[in-house]
Amino acid sequence: MKITHHLTDALLMAYSAGQLPEAFNLIVAAHVSLCDECRARLGAFDAIGGALLEAEDLPELAADSLELTMQRIAAAPRAPQMPAQPRPQGRRVFPAPLQDYVGGDLEQVRWRAIGMGVKQAILPTARGATARLLYIPAGAAVPDHGHRGMELTLVLQGAFRDETDRFGPGDIEIATEELEHTPIAEAGDDCICLAVTDAPLRFNSLLPRLAQPFLRI
Amino acid sequence: MTDSPDWTMHMARIREGDTAAFAQVFRHFAPRVKAFLVKSGASSTLAEECTQEVMATLWHKAHMFDPSRASVATWIFTIARNRKIDALRKQRRPDPEDLPWGPDPEPDQADALALSQETRRLSAALAQLPEKQRDLIERAYFGDLSHSEIAAETGLPLGTIKSRIRLALERLRHQMS
Ligand SMILES: [Zn+2]
Ligand SMILES: [Zn+2]
Repeated sequence: MKITHHLTDALLMAYSAGQLPEAFNLIVAAHVSLCDECRARLGAFDAIGGALLEAEDLPELAADSLELTMQRIAAAPRAPQMPAQPRPQGRRVFPAPLQDYVGGDLEQVRWRAIGMGVKQAILPTARGATARLLYIPAGAAVPDHGHRGMELTLVLQGAFRDETDRFGPGDIEIATEELEHTPIAEAGDDCICLAVTDAPLRFNSLLPRLAQPFLRI
Repeated sequence: MTDSPDWTMHMARIREGDTAAFAQVFRHFAPRVKAFLVKSGASSTLAEECTQEVMATLWHKAHMFDPSRASVATWIFTIARNRKIDALRKQRRPDPEDLPWGPDPEPDQADALALSQETRRLSAALAQLPEKQRDLIERAYFGDLSHSEIAAETGLPLGTIKSRIRLALERLRHQMS
């Protein structure tokens, strides 16, 4: 997988610090699962977190804090010493964190048509941001739209192009308020993406705008 | 003040069930975990409870600790961070997929040593940052403030905040290389 579009430092730092809404955590975890470069950068941000644990003014612990911790330890057995549960073999479209939300791989997704051959599936995440899977048939377009907040799009299969560049498997597009774009899926494999937004998209043609409240996009 | 490599030895002993080694790690790190949780907005009671849970998790998952991939302090930070999201935000926190080769049963000694040296250099670089920059990084990590909230609180424009944090990080990277 040749990844050319990566996460920003700001997103990696906010993920490391635990400051992102759940849907954004999901897409960061999904990209990092596929991208060793961002995994290394995330490691550096975690290391800053570790270094910051060294503080000057430390609060008092409860007098019996260690004792209570030992009781907690005694109450629960150690996790078994084996690697994480084996992931299903064979071709997978979704990295592990995404599989956990879908409950499996591509065949488990319950798609809903949103017009022009495009399908979506909204994933269950906490309020504040929305995560959805998008299925764009090869050659089809997502309607021209702008963004009220930030939109992250991670390509899982196929590829799309918009006014800015080409995005292939593992690539993440970071769209902000300034960008208006019409992503078009390339010929070949149908394009499957994970898209996360922190505000509703702004569609430029009348029809999608009317449909928006029903589709939650 | 830096993460001494001894903590890695402590982890090996904890893995074998050594409660004295655990008590030493606890005395050093538990107050720091509690401080982190209080700074993140937890009440003293909740922070105390979560700290005990974090330290119990350290015991229970000691066999997962890999000194060639993270220092003990970094590893404890990630456990505390996850507990914070769980307890304060009541949200799931998806973690990246583990690398295909998984935790190495015999971590490479040279890798572990190099990492602990890098970690000490990072701590030193962090300590040398101008106070303003260090303060911003701390608040981004511990204050439970988003970039825009930090901007709102200091009255500075967002772009300035972002570029300051970026500058601080670039300086860190520069001092590390
Ligand atoms: Zn990347
Ligand atoms: Zn868009």
